[in-house]
Amino acid sequence: MAAGQSPLSQFEIKRWVPIEIGDVDVSLTNSAAFMVLTVVAIGVFLILGMRRPAIVPGRWQSMVELSYVFIANLVKDTVGTEGRPYFPFIFTVFMFVLVGNLIGMVPYGFTFTSHIIVTFTMAMVVFLGVTVIALIKHKIHFFTFFMPPGVPLIMAPLLVPIEIISYLSRPMSLSVRLFANMLAGHTLLKVFAGFVVALGLFGVFPLAFVVVLTGLEIVIAFLQAFVFTILTCLYLNDALHLH
Amino acid sequence: MSDQRPEKELEELDARLREARGKPDRSGPATGAENSTPGSALGLAMRVGVELVSALAIGVVIGWLLDRWLGTGPWLMVVFILLGSAAGVLNVYRMARGFGYAVGYNQGPDPGQDQDPGDDRGTGIEG
Repeated sequence: MAAGQSPLSQFEIKRWVPIEIGDVDVSLTNSAAFMVLTVVAIGVFLILGMRRPAIVPGRWQSMVELSYVFIANLVKDTVGTEGRPYFPFIFTVFMFVLVGNLIGMVPYGFTFTSHIIVTFTMAMVVFLGVTVIALIKHKIHFFTFFMPPGVPLIMAPLLVPIEIISYLSRPMSLSVRLFANMLAGHTLLKVFAGFVVALGLFGVFPLAFVVVLTGLEIVIAFLQAFVFTILTCLYLNDALHLH
Repeated sequence: MSDQRPEKELEELDARLREARGKPDRSGPATGAENSTPGSALGLAMRVGVELVSALAIGVVIGWLLDRWLGTGPWLMVVFILLGSAAGVLNVYRMARGFGYAVGYNQGPDPGQDQDPGDDRGTGIEG
């Protein structure tokens, strides 16, 4: 902070490779670069981990299998067998958010999940996809979703807008939760890290706090990836089994 | 065809494992974590806050857009702020009632519409 560094400067988008197609700016930013890095890391982790699959898995292979089984069970428990066709998407979402969060924990790294536009885009993909699935599966029947069963018709003008707002707030709450957790955690880390230098000898106290907080942040990185995934599963479950 | 037998053996082993665990179908680490709320009280507070505010924000945006479209002064926005806060409370209520994180109706199968579950069984994705 002494160097004029704001705790929020870590979230700045920087153009690494400026590219322009027509009038559209498609530069490779640090955000985009870290997304590519995340995808490459996931690919290396999964492909190299299963390169020589053994009946009795080694450490690496069992980590790959663990992540697969974890999401497979999650899908099975929340959506049921009808959720099977959507497993690849859900697994992709989970790995992308998780590895993105974890790469953001590396010093000098960039956390793309701390940008609302990234999380909101992912949430909108989930939301629109789930709505389209529900519309294809249930056709016009889908709109009974907004009318709770057993409600007198006179209440409909009041209840239906409330239900629609509640439904539309899904992508919002889904994206804000992930974004806010990552943003708050990383800002807090930076602020306390700034105290370490500013307090001189007494800086050991904030330093200890930062160490604890780093552990907590890693837990949150897992937790938020899990929450994002389970919410996706539950929305998918709603779409497939309309009540 | 050589891998036919090990598969059968593995299935047997799986059945025995399930029996030993005392659970008929579910297995794996996800079962415990699924229903319990992950995170601390702070996480719960965070979720409640996000649910409340996001529904309210959607209500405000809808009301504002409708007002701009229809030119009806501030009135639709006022109405939709009230509806949005009602939706926010509804979201929190559903969360607190233990319907998981889902916003929809998760109380279980509804006897009124028995056509959907039949459809689902029909596709029968097994293995």
